[in-house]
Amino acid sequence: MAKKTTAKKKAPTNNAQLNDDIGEENRLKMYRLQLEVRHIEQRAHDLFFQNLIKGTSHLALGQEAIASGFGTALRPDDYTFCTYRGHAHTLVRGTSMTAMLGELMGKECGMLKGKGGSMHLTDVEKGAMGSYAIIGAHLPIAAGAAWQAQYNKTGQIAVCFFGDGTTNIGAFHEALNFAVIWDLPVVYVCENNLYMEYTPISEVTAVEHPAADRASAYGLESIIVDGNDADAVYRVAVTAFDKARSGGGPSLIEAKTYRHSGHSRADPAKYRPEGELEEWLKKDPIPMYRQRLLDYGVKEDVVKGIEDSVMAAVDEATEAAKASPPPPLEYAYTDVWADGGSSWRN
Amino acid sequence: MAELIYREAVAEAIAQEMRRDESVVFLGEDIAKAGGVFKATVGLWEEFGDLRVRDTPISEQAILGAAMGAAMTGLKPIAEIMFSDFLAVCWDIICNQMAKSRYMTGGQVDMPLVIRTANGGGARFGAQHSQSLENWAMMIPGLKVVAPSTPADVKGLLAAAIRDPDPVIFFEQKSLYATKGEVPDGEHIEEIGKAKVVRDGDDVTLIALAMMVPRALEAAERLQAEAGISASVVDVRSLVPLDTQTILSEVRKTARVVTVEENPRLCGWGAEISSIIAEECFYDLDMPIVRITSPHIPLASADELEDIMIPSVDRIFETVRQEVD
Repeated sequence: MAKKTTAKKKAPTNNAQLNDDIGEENRLKMYRLQLEVRHIEQRAHDLFFQNLIKGTSHLALGQEAIASGFGTALRPDDYTFCTYRGHAHTLVRGTSMTAMLGELMGKECGMLKGKGGSMHLTDVEKGAMGSYAIIGAHLPIAAGAAWQAQYNKTGQIAVCFFGDGTTNIGAFHEALNFAVIWDLPVVYVCENNLYMEYTPISEVTAVEHPAADRASAYGLESIIVDGNDADAVYRVAVTAFDKARSGGGPSLIEAKTYRHSGHSRADPAKYRPEGELEEWLKKDPIPMYRQRLLDYGVKEDVVKGIEDSVMAAVDEATEAAKASPPPPLEYAYTDVWADGGSSWRN
Repeated sequence: MAELIYREAVAEAIAQEMRRDESVVFLGEDIAKAGGVFKATVGLWEEFGDLRVRDTPISEQAILGAAMGAAMTGLKPIAEIMFSDFLAVCWDIICNQMAKSRYMTGGQVDMPLVIRTANGGGARFGAQHSQSLENWAMMIPGLKVVAPSTPADVKGLLAAAIRDPDPVIFFEQKSLYATKGEVPDGEHIEEIGKAKVVRDGDDVTLIALAMMVPRALEAAERLQAEAGISASVVDVRSLVPLDTQTILSEVRKTARVVTVEENPRLCGWGAEISSIIAEECFYDLDMPIVRITSPHIPLASADELEDIMIPSVDRIFETVRQEVD
């Protein structure tokens, strides 16, 4: 894990925009988180092509502002649930980069002991309650975690991230209805990156905004946010979280964004119209946010300091994960049951 | 000892566990105010209230997903799926999520929950409300599978399932809901993973589950009286974990074995048990292993048709008499 920057202490600024409701500390954190996600995912991509990561991976390049904005607004004891495109949402909870890359590489240091891989990243201690690889499954599961928080009056909330494709599966509709009738403290976040795997979401959905246009069916407000603007995401998150914590029930938020890469490692995304990617690259959340920090008066050396420290942390985690041995073979036979074993007979 | 009806034993077990543990909660369709469509949960809502006994919409994925999320974060939910046939609409949550999450996360995730469901035929409900589906659950690593045949086992094994730290699918046989039996007074809890020899015999072992247990017992009485055949009857009770020690010990003693299964033929639980017997005590056997099952056909609804499909006392009696002679 990267060392926390001390930039805000050494370079205070009096800029009113910087010290608004979001504040400098949160902004620097969001910039750092976006960079961590970007560089970890690019590193995962590179390691794939060195044959050091097997299986598949689903990158969220271009979508970093959503996980970073929500992640910054969360309490450490809140729960998050995400999909197989879940490197970002797991990382923003503060999980170890080494354990994450180690899992992707199938190493002993992997966060799941080499038994889950890219699509199942989980760090229960950090509240990252799992990455779910069957579309829709985690929406009702997140409702269940919220039910626990409601039942025990813990003040926790559950946040559930999913893609636009999820809005057309039954579990989405079951979960929303269920969360509303039980007033559960859960926030559903649809990351609309315009493509359901290889198919434009607009070609397979009855409404223009796949999540927001369905909200009214469950008595919920229709909420759309610019998913490439971490500040906008943070603000919408704070509002929804306050509502959930104060007994106001669930929210459904649609964050508009774009996936710079294909659906998975195997997908070169040739189905995209010419020029579309280039248009969205102009709205890349990270350079945009960097410029905003500078415009708001953050010093270039502070920004550069964050960038250097993230890069160093990713490099360090990569080397540590590479150096880790493969998982001991006995790991294959553990953790089926609560007793740690796998026996099904006497 | 008090005499209880099978369906009453369900509510007694849940009440017993809810009284001792605040983290036990119960959800499902019509389970609270209506007391369940099979009247197996009468009185629970009145005693434990809205927060712990909750009616749900007809949303099986939401029911089981909510149970799972609650279990992962510290509650001990009991979820009812009204008919086991409906497991098909929420099977993802069971077989991909509940069963695998602990393993896939390297042991990080806990899953202390119970899915109760009304299973099996005999009620003329037709092919979508009568299936005997315990083998579906048995073949998924990570699920415990229990199917009681008596009110005492309903209470003791359901209580044990609720206390169990792993996901348990608890199959209640809907045609047994009205049956009576003695149940020990006070707190009653059994151990999951133990088969029970419910009738001693020397000539043949009948291995049965759920509704097939009383039928095997009745057939055994007739075999003794009408054919002089002494049959041992083993109630398997739990398919996972499977008590192979008790089963193999009875088989070695009698040297003949017949499984009595309500499920359709292919991949029924008896096939797995037969394979274990064949591998581990083949040379103790005096005759080939025999499986009595429902035919590999969707279950029909008319009295006469359903009755010829599900193994009856007559069929068990005739089959065993012919094979053992």
